[in-house]
Amino acid sequence: MAEPRPYPQAHDDPPAVRLALILAAVLVMVLLVVVPLANVFYEAFADGVGVYWANLFEDPDTLHSVKLTLMVAPVAVLLNVVFGLAAAWAIARFRFPGRAFLTALIDLPFTVSPVVVGLFLLLLFGLQGYFGPWLREHDVKIVFAYPGLVLATAFVTFPVVARELIPLMEALGAEEEVAAVSLGARGWQVLRMITLKNIQWGLLYGIILCNARAMGEFGAVYVVSGHIAGKTDTMPLRVEKLFQEYNLPGAFAVASVLAMLALVTLGVKTALEWKTRRELAEAKRLAAAGGGE
Amino acid sequence: MSIQVRRVTKRFGDFTALDDVSLEVPSGALLALLGPSGSGKTTLLRIIAGLETADRGTVLYHDEDMTASAVRERNVGFVFQHYALFRHMTVFENIAFGLRVRKVPRAEIRTRVHELLRLIQLEGLERSLPSQLSGGQRQRVALARALAPAPKVLLLDEPFGALDAKVRTELRQWLRRLHDEIHVTSVFVTHDQEEAFEVSDRVVIMSQGRIEQQGSPAEIFERPANPFVMDFLGNVNVFHGSVAGGRAQLGSLEVDYPEYPHDDPRAATAFIRSHELEILRKKNGRPALEARVTHVNPARPIVKVCVYSETFGVVLTVDVSWERYAELRLNVGDTVYVSPRQLRVFVQDYAI
Repeated sequence: MAEPRPYPQAHDDPPAVRLALILAAVLVMVLLVVVPLANVFYEAFADGVGVYWANLFEDPDTLHSVKLTLMVAPVAVLLNVVFGLAAAWAIARFRFPGRAFLTALIDLPFTVSPVVVGLFLLLLFGLQGYFGPWLREHDVKIVFAYPGLVLATAFVTFPVVARELIPLMEALGAEEEVAAVSLGARGWQVLRMITLKNIQWGLLYGIILCNARAMGEFGAVYVVSGHIAGKTDTMPLRVEKLFQEYNLPGAFAVASVLAMLALVTLGVKTALEWKTRRELAEAKRLAAAGGGE
Repeated sequence: MSIQVRRVTKRFGDFTALDDVSLEVPSGALLALLGPSGSGKTTLLRIIAGLETADRGTVLYHDEDMTASAVRERNVGFVFQHYALFRHMTVFENIAFGLRVRKVPRAEIRTRVHELLRLIQLEGLERSLPSQLSGGQRQRVALARALAPAPKVLLLDEPFGALDAKVRTELRQWLRRLHDEIHVTSVFVTHDQEEAFEVSDRVVIMSQGRIEQQGSPAEIFERPANPFVMDFLGNVNVFHGSVAGGRAQLGSLEVDYPEYPHDDPRAATAFIRSHELEILRKKNGRPALEARVTHVNPARPIVKVCVYSETFGVVLTVDVSWERYAELRLNVGDTVYVSPRQLRVFVQDYAI
C-alpha cells in the first residue's frame, strides 16, 4: 500500500508530460513485445489448427525435441535447486574468507556469453578436450549427447535459484534455525521443518523462473548438442532448424509452445512475487520490531 | 542438575569475550548474569548451552563433562531475546516442536502441550500464529516451547529485553513464581540490575569478560566487592580523595577509615548511596558538606533532592523520606549541610 503523501503533488509533472511518457512506454512495449508475440501465434495458426496440430505432433523430429526438452530442463532445475540451496545457505548463514568472491562467482553464468559456456564444455569434454581421450576409452558420451545438454543448461541457469534465495534467507535470519537446534532438531529436520518452510514461495518462484530459462536455453546448448535431428535437438534448436528449412508454420508452431510457457511463467511469477514480497516484508517487520510491541 | 563452568576463555578475533571465567550454578537455583553490554554474559550463556564453543575450559552438568557435547545432547531449554518463534507454526506446533523432533507419541505431545498452555495461561490461543500475539504472549510461548522437552537446565537470554516496562515487571514476577513451582536450574542474562535483584537467588556481576562479584542479591548490595560493582549498581555518589593514618579526606569532608592505618597517603574513591546521605539545616558536629539545593523531585515514594557542592564541584543526589522533607521545608537555592551516615572507601592500587 502506498504511503499517503504528506503534501500536495507540487513537484509532479504536468498531465501532458505524464501522458506523453506513458504513451511512449506503451508504444515501445507494443512494438517490441506484444506485436512479435501475437505474430508468433498468428504465423503458427496461419494454415489452420489442423496444420498447427500436425506440425507439433506428427513430425517425429519435433516431437522428439519436445520430449528431449522435457527431459533436460527438469534435471537441470533439480541440480540448480540443490546447488542453489547449498550456495544460498553458505552465503546467507556463514562469514568466511572468499565469501564476496563466491557471491560474485554465482553471477558468472549470467555475465558470460552462453556460446562461450558451450565452448568451455567442448574444451573439457570434447574429443580433443582435456577429458576427451579418457571419456572415449571408457565409452562415456557427454558432448553431442544428453549429459552435455543437461550440463550446459544447468550451468547457464545456475544463478537463478541462488539469487532468489540469498536475499530471502538473509532477511529471515538464522534465529529460528538456532532455536530449532536448541530444541534438539537434527540438521535435516531444521532444513525440512524450518528453513524450507520459510523459503518455500521464494524457492518455488526460483524453480519456475529457472525452468523457463532452462527450456528456452539456446546458445550453450547449440554448441554442445551438435544438432542431430531426432537425437540432440531441443525445442529452441528445433525452432531454428525448421526456420532454416523455410518451414515457417512448423517453426512458429514450436515457438508458440515456448511462448505459452513464457506467459504461464509470467503469470505464476507475478503471483509468487506478490507472496514472497509479503513474506520478506513480514520478516523485516518482525526483525525491526524485535518481535515485540 | 548443577552447572559448573571451569576456567572458560573465549575470543572473537582480537576481542576477549570471556577471560578465564569460572562459575557454579547450584541445582535448582535461579541465577542472573548481570553486566553492561559487551561484558561477555551472553557469550557465557551460549557456551553453557552449547551454541558457542569455548576456546579453553570446560562446562560440566552435574559432574558430567559436556564441553564437547552438541546442543541436542545437552537437553537445555533456551529462550531467545527476540523469541525466535517459528513464524509459520501455530502456538501449539511451536510448543510441540521439541517433542516432535524427539519422536514423542502424538497423544503424549497433546497432553504435554495443553499442560504447558495452562502453565503460561494461554489456553485457547493454541491455533494462533506468533504474528497474532502480543510481545508478552510471544515470550511466554517461547518459554513454554523451551520447557516442553523437560530440560535439565533453562537458559534465558535477556528474556524481557524487548518488552515495555509494565509487561516486563509482570513477566518477571511470573517467572519467579514459575521457577518456585518447577525448580529447574535456570540462568538468565540481563543488563537491568533491578530485574536481576528482583528475580534471582544468586547474582553474578560481569564486566569485560570477567566475573566481578557473585553472591545473593543482599550480599552484593550490602558488600559490593569493588568500585565497578558499586558504580554499576547505581544510585550512588562518587567522591575522589585520599586516605592516610586511619582517616579519609574527601575535600572538606573528613571521616574515620580505620581499615587504612598506614601513614603514606593513597588515592581513594568513596561511594555513598543516595539513601545513605542526610540533609541537615544546621551543622550538628558530624562531618558534613555545605551544599545548595538545585532540584527537588517529589514524584516517587521517596523525595529525590539534588544538591550542588561548591568545594567538590559535583551534584549529589540525596533520598529524603516524605516526613523528613516536610520537616526540612526545602526550597531550591537553600543552603544545607549534607552528612553521610555510611560510606564505602576503595583505596586505589599504587598507580604511576
